[in-house]
Amino acid sequence: MTKPQSISVTAPVNEDLPKEKFDELEGFIDEMETTKGALIAILHKAQSIFGYLPRDVQLFVARKLGIPGAEVFGVVSFYSYFTTKPRGKHTISVCMGTACFVRGADKIIEGLKEKLNVESNEITEDGLFTLKDVRCIGACGLAPVVMVDDKVFGRVKENELDDIIEKYRS
Amino acid sequence: MAKERTNILVCAGTGCLASESEKVAKNLELIVRARGYSDEVKIVKTGCFGFCEQGPIVKIEPDNIFYVRVGPKDAKDIVDEQIVKGRKVERLLFKESEKDKVVDKHEEMSFYKKQLRIALKNCGLINPEDIYEYIALGGYEALGKVLISMTRNEVINEVKESGLRGRGGGGFPTGLKWGITKEQDSEVKFMVCNADEGDPGAFMDRSILEGDPHSVLEAMAIGGYAIGADKGLIYIRAEYPLAIARLNIALKQARELGLLGENIFGTDFSFDIDIKLGAGAFVCGEETALLNSCEGQRGEPNFKPPFPAEEGYWGHPTCVNNVETLANIPAIINRGGKWFSSIGTEKSSGTKVFALAGKVNNVGLVEVPMGITLREIIFDIGGGIPNGKKFKAVQTGGPSGGVITEKDLDTPIDYDSLIAKGSMMGSGGMIVMDEDDNMVNIAKFYLEFTMDEACGKCGPGRIGTIRIYELLKKITSGNATMADLDAIKQLCYMVKDSSLCGLCQTAPNPVISTMKHFWNEYLDFIKDVDHPQGEGKYAAKNKIQKQA
Repeated sequence: MTKPQSISVTAPVNEDLPKEKFDELEGFIDEMETTKGALIAILHKAQSIFGYLPRDVQLFVARKLGIPGAEVFGVVSFYSYFTTKPRGKHTISVCMGTACFVRGADKIIEGLKEKLNVESNEITEDGLFTLKDVRCIGACGLAPVVMVDDKVFGRVKENELDDIIEKYRS
Repeated sequence: MAKERTNILVCAGTGCLASESEKVAKNLELIVRARGYSDEVKIVKTGCFGFCEQGPIVKIEPDNIFYVRVGPKDAKDIVDEQIVKGRKVERLLFKESEKDKVVDKHEEMSFYKKQLRIALKNCGLINPEDIYEYIALGGYEALGKVLISMTRNEVINEVKESGLRGRGGGGFPTGLKWGITKEQDSEVKFMVCNADEGDPGAFMDRSILEGDPHSVLEAMAIGGYAIGADKGLIYIRAEYPLAIARLNIALKQARELGLLGENIFGTDFSFDIDIKLGAGAFVCGEETALLNSCEGQRGEPNFKPPFPAEEGYWGHPTCVNNVETLANIPAIINRGGKWFSSIGTEKSSGTKVFALAGKVNNVGLVEVPMGITLREIIFDIGGGIPNGKKFKAVQTGGPSGGVITEKDLDTPIDYDSLIAKGSMMGSGGMIVMDEDDNMVNIAKFYLEFTMDEACGKCGPGRIGTIRIYELLKKITSGNATMADLDAIKQLCYMVKDSSLCGLCQTAPNPVISTMKHFWNEYLDFIKDVDHPQGEGKYAAKNKIQKQA
């Protein structure tokens, strides 16, 4: 990977991927001292701009850096932090760390799957929620833990799930 | 610390923040101001106190009063009673469950009594966002001492003498690693801090970075001087936003004071540190995978040798140390390797931080001298098993370790004794299980984790872990026979012996150790003629066919 300025790339703009966002990403890449070893940092930035990393964004990054699209996709698919699907308005993360597991996190996520009618890492039909299973958010003292966006719910019981969901429905 | 008469310390670690400690601090601040005590009383947001079960925690200094489970509404009482009238708020004091007597000083709590804090010494004591509080407690003294009065060999010898071993799990002697990296003939070397804490249920590295980030920065600079590196990297999980934010603040402050950058302490030693974000991959805790990820690639491990100490980041000699390992370094330099090696056992000196979680009364972070027994940790510090249940097993070493049962609870723990018992130290996760937990399900849980996290580079890891998981699923669904148990055993040893890196070499451990200690629980799932309680092969076969 070399200094990217020389490469000019046309952004595959469409309804969901507006030009301003591509401009922001391009500006970020152009301002880097060197793009050597910076692919993961660029993808972090791209995901924070677009919310997810669709094929067109991955290809844009690849062309910008002058590397094969497969290499970018290889990195995106390797790390669980990167997602290629759009996310719901709210992300419900259920901690599946060991501490939460032995205190019943498996029942919590099954309950949520049933109530929201989705599998994990899927988005609900109304686009409101994405359900995720995550590895330990480190609040083991509060196990089992459910996190909605940035808000943490500790010591969650199965019969509290409806209340939690309802809070974000309105 | 400051000129105020009273400090109110509020825990601002992730666990307590999750139970609104931010609001507690804010309310305290507002009420203190409303009562006109702003000049006399200071609210300090500290790192983790370790006693996460009882969070949010508020401590009053210098009165040394320890309040637990403080909610935003309790702020008023703390200020009006404790600060204004000098009376304790009884209902917020900690009660030892068995005696029902309140304890107001943390030294007297059984949770803290047996602990010895070296790596965590500043956590819950200083404001991690203020470098002057770190310096006031002797921070950066070790770096100054090293740069001004010690040669590179002296530093390495001091660390060697301390007997410090890698706290990330491997247990490789840190001094030796530094020595090897120093011997490499290269202009460019790197000092890397491994903060990719992937073990689900372990959170000591995060707590150190959140509570005392400067201790890690200082240690990295000391290490950089010893091995001859002028550049450091901290590889940290993107899932730790608070730790990242505090590290960035710490880096900025250290640079402003000239403790990082060019010509530190007026010497010709220069050192600076960059932060690299991970993106969620357990295997990146393995050092070669970590370095690949630092280079922006897929975090797949490489075959060793060459070790990173010889060929690491972009091919340059690189020393990779874990966060907790580094947090011990300033104390070793200040107080001497001999002092450090006098703590703990002969082959494993010093202390170890454990994240105690699961079915135990006092969930939290504990730092204890090596050589303590598991019984002391679980029953004395951890307060035993909740709801009067019976202890069954404890899993150490996370997905790479194994279970330890009642009969081994009195073994003094160090790196070697845990391996002898079929488990390992690992990063220090310690999950307690009670009689309700089915061990086959626990093994299945861990294998599901390693199956997901196996990077896919080597065959045994990629395919073997999935096959083991499938067999475990077959067992727990009641459709397995004795032949499946034989197959899973064989497969476990095959994966253990032939995988490329430590992740998959240790992946079968939970299965192997639960089979060893809880063979009957596996048999309970098997419907086979060989098993005395079984229904016989023919009946079982018909039943399965009927179900299908």
